[in-house]
Amino acid sequence: MSDAMLPALYRVERMIKENEETFTLELEPAGAARKGAVFYGGQFNMLYVFGVGEIPVSISGDPRDTRRVAHTTRAVGTVTRAMRRLKRGDLVGVRGPFGNRWPLEEAEGKDVVVMAGGIGLAPLRPALVEILARRKKYRKVVLLYGARAPEDVLYREELERWSGRADIDVRVTVDRATRKWKGHVGVVTLLVPKASFDPLHTVAMVCGPEVMMRFAVQALRKRGVDGGRIYLSMERNMKCAVGFCGHCQYGPHFICKDGPVFRFSAVEWLFGKREI
Amino acid sequence: MTHPKRPPIDSRWVLERKDFNGLFEALAGRGYAVIGPTVRDAAIVYEEIQSDQDLPEGWTDEQEAGRYRLKPRPDRKLFGYNVGPHSWKRWLNPPSVRLWRARREGGGFAVAPETERPPRVAFLGVRPCELRAIEIQDKVFMGGGYKDDIYKSRRDSLFIVAVQCGQAGGTCFCVSMKTGPKSNGGFDLALTEVLESGRHYFLLEVGTARGAEVAGEVACVPAGKHQRQAAEARVMEAVSQMGRTMDTSDLRGLFYRNAEHPRWEETAARCLLCANCTMACPTCFCTTVEDTTDLTGERAERRRTWDSCFSADFSYLHGGSVRFSPKSRYRQWITHKLAAWFDQFGTSGCVGCGRCITWCPAAIDITEEVRAIRKGDSGKKE
Repeated sequence: MSDAMLPALYRVERMIKENEETFTLELEPAGAARKGAVFYGGQFNMLYVFGVGEIPVSISGDPRDTRRVAHTTRAVGTVTRAMRRLKRGDLVGVRGPFGNRWPLEEAEGKDVVVMAGGIGLAPLRPALVEILARRKKYRKVVLLYGARAPEDVLYREELERWSGRADIDVRVTVDRATRKWKGHVGVVTLLVPKASFDPLHTVAMVCGPEVMMRFAVQALRKRGVDGGRIYLSMERNMKCAVGFCGHCQYGPHFICKDGPVFRFSAVEWLFGKREI
Repeated sequence: MTHPKRPPIDSRWVLERKDFNGLFEALAGRGYAVIGPTVRDAAIVYEEIQSDQDLPEGWTDEQEAGRYRLKPRPDRKLFGYNVGPHSWKRWLNPPSVRLWRARREGGGFAVAPETERPPRVAFLGVRPCELRAIEIQDKVFMGGGYKDDIYKSRRDSLFIVAVQCGQAGGTCFCVSMKTGPKSNGGFDLALTEVLESGRHYFLLEVGTARGAEVAGEVACVPAGKHQRQAAEARVMEAVSQMGRTMDTSDLRGLFYRNAEHPRWEETAARCLLCANCTMACPTCFCTTVEDTTDLTGERAERRRTWDSCFSADFSYLHGGSVRFSPKSRYRQWITHKLAAWFDQFGTSGCVGCGRCITWCPAAIDITEEVRAIRKGDSGKKE
């Protein structure tokens, strides 16, 4: 039995309710001797709830924290609903990290546009945290984030903190506003023309529902960002996370090991085709 | 009979039919369980066998799209049949295998890896197309960054006795796929069955040092020119009998540029989504995992089981299946097999064994599908 298929035990250190459906689990390796795995923004873990099942969840914490690993997910299925009931001290099984990472090296010396839709902000958060930690390596940094409604906005405190910084342009929009909402209303792609960045020297990182990513790519290209410098995080059913089970195939790609982050120009011929 | 204790690799010998059981004895003596062809449920399947008594002596089969019939032969050949519903992946990547067990402990739980070791197995009767299929699965499970221990532990201890084909079935097309009907490597030993003027013998080829050790324990004599030629003639007969052909030129481009093609709808209207093709295919490798808990809720385990891209669950993603239409699932299967496989593993995923054609209850024929897609090749090369 290879280690890649065997869950390691992690303990729930903190359970943060982000909103009605969404929560963040902060985990630490169980047992004093165990070291946490090094991970990079863009990667994912397979999380197992005892007696319930296992699902892939992107890593959304700070990659520099080598002990604690955070996962933000929505309670929409059997496993995630059981996960939401976990409390501090409970154990979960963790396999990973798997997959590739956001192109933070390639983005050095360039403008960075991060576009997220809904829960798509979760896998981008480690990239943002790292970019801000090494802020001097990048030129302009823009975060364009769309949520369904104000109460769905994730990592609210952090976003407010970032909004207060002069070195990152944070723009948040919601599909349906309430009276208290003072920000943008409408789909996230409408923010693209408003943001200030140099399209010829920009690396864009996009994550959200496929339809959102399709329009995000359109808007970015319309501004002049080349498809070779737009990166998407793709999602498909995953069971093994190491390329054996076949579930996550997307054309010739295994999302689990060739992705989940893909250069748009590499998947353009598949992107938007139905039921691939 | 006398011959060197260790016959050299690539040497050829004659093993008489009456001495055939010596092979079983030599393999059993080395601790191998022999898996080979036998008649069960009106088909020739692969199971653990003990001696030549279990082999399908005097049996053959008739195969066509959606049709398989076992028939008696006029002679006493042991290997006078074409490939049946089973393939060897059954032993290398078992249909259901436990990955680990877990039990509740204190406030949490503990996970224990699977420790049961697989038995040492010898495959007897591996056809050339099947040898290629094993090579292809080697790439899937052992050729990348992650090695699959389930497969590798079984593969490493495997002994292979190949049988070169002396006939071809109605759905065979190994000649098109360049996988048969004769193998030049990938086996420990290879046999070609010859029946001529009352004499029944096997040309025995030694493929590896391990094969030489086994051959050294079997009664045989050096093969002469005549016997080599007789064996070669059997293979040529198989070549002339191929029931199907497939034009393999630029299959990858063909399928990639024809994701939208009217043929998909037509085939989907016939396809029952039964997954027979993927179960019978010797290279299809997709699996799923099943997590189960016992009634007390104290013990849980995870099993890996064969899965199929024809099921709705296969592509399930919060809220629905990515491939909800039958059309998209058939397209995924054939496009993966004949196109994406090249990108993923540097080879076609099809070996031309014909199983998917024979065992399709709707008689869908992969060679006919390729012709149909070619006929309406919309995209063309740029």
